[in-house]
Formats: sequence, structure tokens, C-alpha cells
Amino acid sequence: MTNRTGNTTTTERQLIRKMPANWWLKKPAYLRYMIREMTCLFVGGYAMFLLMLAARLDKPEAFADLLASPLAIALQWIALPMAIYHSVTWFNLTPKVLVIWRGEDKLPGFLIAGAHYAGWLAVSAGLIYFAMSGGTDG
Amino acid sequence: MAASESQTATETMKLEVFRFLPDEGELPSFQTYEVPYRDDWVVLDALNYIKDEIDGTLSYRWSCRMGVCGSCGMMVNGEPKLTCSAFLRDYYPNPIKVEPLNYFPVIRDLIINMDQFIDKLGEVKTWLIPAEEKSVDEGEYLQTPAQLAKYKQYTMCINCMLCYSACPVFGQNPDFLGPAAIALGQRYNLDSRDGGADERADVIFSSEGIWECTFVGECSEVCPKNVDPAGAIQMAKVTATNDWFKGLLMPKGKKKSGGDQ
Amino acid sequence: MARSNEPAFWSLFSAGGMVAAFLIPAAILITAYMVPQGKIDAEQLRIVMDHFIARLLLLAMISLPLFHWAHRFRFALVDLGIKNAKLPIAILFYGTAAGSTICAAYLLLPPIFS
Repeated sequence: MTNRTGNTTTTERQLIRKMPANWWLKKPAYLRYMIREMTCLFVGGYAMFLLMLAARLDKPEAFADLLASPLAIALQWIALPMAIYHSVTWFNLTPKVLVIWRGEDKLPGFLIAGAHYAGWLAVSAGLIYFAMSGGTDG
Repeated sequence: MAASESQTATETMKLEVFRFLPDEGELPSFQTYEVPYRDDWVVLDALNYIKDEIDGTLSYRWSCRMGVCGSCGMMVNGEPKLTCSAFLRDYYPNPIKVEPLNYFPVIRDLIINMDQFIDKLGEVKTWLIPAEEKSVDEGEYLQTPAQLAKYKQYTMCINCMLCYSACPVFGQNPDFLGPAAIALGQRYNLDSRDGGADERADVIFSSEGIWECTFVGECSEVCPKNVDPAGAIQMAKVTATNDWFKGLLMPKGKKKSGGDQ
Repeated sequence: MARSNEPAFWSLFSAGGMVAAFLIPAAILITAYMVPQGKIDAEQLRIVMDHFIARLLLLAMISLPLFHWAHRFRFALVDLGIKNAKLPIAILFYGTAAGSTICAAYLLLPPIFS
């Protein structure tokens, strides 16, 4: 094999080490990464659940039955820590994606992540308030 | 090296070193060596002791022995490390396993084939492509401290490839451009003197460039120079996305990559 | 090598990740705790969700997180060594997200305009 500089390396007898199937179990950081990636299954799953609720918006009994379903409740309680893990890992990465310069310095990471956490609190409170406002007004 | 009073000559520790000798037709194996333990020694010192005193057939790369050349990267107990910066005292009294850098083909013993990495640097064009051509007589390119700050972190890369050994995406796909090559591309894209972002975009913004990355983040964790290649890649994703949307909204305009974000 | 069109999917992934991160935990608290425990009446919630603002929010909360799942899971399969059926997997996953978006739009939007 000849590389860009014209030098050759003997590749015929070089050793290719296969990446093990359980590579993500070899380091705690890899396991945390894999769990983070798998949270998307629960995020997508809950979205599907919302779709099912949407299909029952004009059927009050079916709507209430779905919300009362023990299976639905059990799955959601598994999904909840997964969804929170998604939120936390997501917000913690925002400083790497949202880089704001002030002269020679970047805005500190904790401010960017912190702003997202504050927004999370506000939006969550707003959603719960909105959900509790049903029946009499709106 | 004066022997300290608290150390006796009999303190030793074991290194389990990966051996692969293709010329002898042997399968890869581990060979255990017993080396003196000194609390100011690094793994590289132990390897040099092995080569000088025990087994001259052991082959490995090293140069500056002070963490600036990037030559001595190896897996130390499963973690990619510069062996000149991995102290024996952090492992003593347990044995240390030394292996060639993960996810690269092994030529012999602890030496990996880095040709493809060098090729990637060429593809990314890791050199200044001046935005304005200037002859030496016209004087220097001027740059403010704020402009320097934007890319300075990425200049610290010493091409040690520890980041590649920490990246499972690269492990699954050796054609992935990888952390260092992209960070070095960004070093030039973000340099105010450079005008080559558009040229580099076809390589960096390709599907084998930044878009393979799933932001595991381990590359930045193992980097001995705090280059933060993961951060460089995420910023590049934002730039590429902005460019892509601009291209959608202004299709007739000449495609120019906004490299100086 | 050419510039990829991946930004289209990455944008959807990012938007979905943001929507999911901000809204899903509280939403699960509502649907898995507050309603089953009687703190919110199911019928009251249904009436709230019938509101046009809630319908639009619901559409966003169904569509975008599914695109987030599609993109992330597509790459997770590659991480796990499943590298061969790249195009069929992409079509299946993004197709599921797109199809669900269309379903959700059909269920949620018409009453707003009628």
C-alpha cells in the first residue's frame, strides 16, 4: 500500500483486531453512552402513546380507558427515568453545540446548560399547570 | 537517577506486553516482563528497560518522552494513553497490560499502521489556504487575540491518535474521518487568515466526515492536550447545517461554506 | 466525497431531542401519575388536549421525538455492528416517523380548521 507521500507499508501480514460485540461493556463511559442512545426507544415509544391518545380525543371512554390501562402505566414508569436521563444528558451537551464567544472567552458551559435546565423547569411547570386547567376554563 | 532511600532495588512490577511478530509467523500473544518499580518512572521507561535489558526484540514508537510529539500512544490497561505520561505508581502493585492502539491494524508488537490517518489529514487539507494571497513584502497577516481564541485549542493536537482509539464509531468504520482530522480541519476553518473552508467542506461535511459521529465524547476525554475534538465536530455540524439550509433557500447563489463561525 | 444531506435529518433529530427533553418528563408525570392517581380527571385532560394550542403541541410532541428516535436508533444499530442494511433501515425508520406525523396531522389538525 502506497500512501500520499509515496511511502509503502507492508500490509499483507498486518494484524486486524476485530472490534468485540460487547465493546460498550468494556468502559463505564461506553455503557452510559449506550444507555443514552437507547433512551430514544422510550422517547419514540411515548410519542407513539401520545399518538394513540390523539386518536381517542373524540372518544372520551376510549381516552380514559387508555390512560387507566395498567400496561400503559407500567411502561410509562419505565420510560420516565429514561426520559429524564435523555433530558439530563441532552442539556449537559448543549455547551458543546451552542458556543457563544465574548471576545477571547467562551460563555461558561454551566450557564448554557443552566439556562436549559431553568427552561426545563419552567416548561414542565407550565405544561402541568396547563393540563390541570381543564374542564372549567379553556 | 539517584535511588531514593525509601526504595529498595527489589521492588518490581509486571508488564504484560502484546507481542506480534509477523516475520516469525507467530500468532499474537502476551509476554510478561518484570521491571524495576520506581515511583518516577512512566510506562515508557519500563518499555525502554525491557528493550535495553531483557528483550531487544520488542518494537514500539516513542520520541520526546514528554507528551508533545504524539509518538508513544498505546493501550495501557485498556485505556489509550501516552506511555510517556502514564506513571507506574498509578498502577503499582498490579500488573500493567500494554497493547497497541485500538482499532488500528498492527504492523508489529506495539506499532500500528497510521497511514490511513495521514491520508485523512491530506484529504482535509490541514494547512493554511490563505483567504487573501499576500507576498512577504506586504507584511504579516494580522489577527486579534479574539480571532486567535476561536481556533487556538485545536492547534494543540499532536496527532497521537488516542482519540481514534477511544472512538467506537471509528472502531466500527475505519473510513470515518475521525476526531483529530476534523478538529485539525476546524483549526484552519476557524482561523481568520484561512479561506479554505469551502474546499474542505466536501470532505468534512461528507457522510464519512462529521455525520458519522454520534457524540460519544470519549475522544475529548482521552485527549492528552485538551483539544476537545468532540466539541469541534459538533460546531462543524452546526456550520454544515446552517450552510445546508442557506443552500436550500438560496439555490442559485454560489455555494460558500461559512467556515468562520 | 460530497457534502451530505444529513443536515436535514440531524435538524429533525435535534428538534426532536429538544422537544423530548423539555416536555416528555412532565408529560409522563401527567399521564402516568396525575391522571391514574386522580389528581387530574381523564375527561378534563381530554378537554384540555382538544384545545387547538394543545393539538399543535401534541403534533410537535408526536412527530419530532419520533424523528429523534429514527435518527438516533439508526446510528445506534451501526454502533452495535449492524452496518449492512443502511438504506432499508433509514427508509423504515424515517418512514415510520413520517407516517406517524401524517397520522397525527390527520387526527389533530382538521378540527382546528373546521
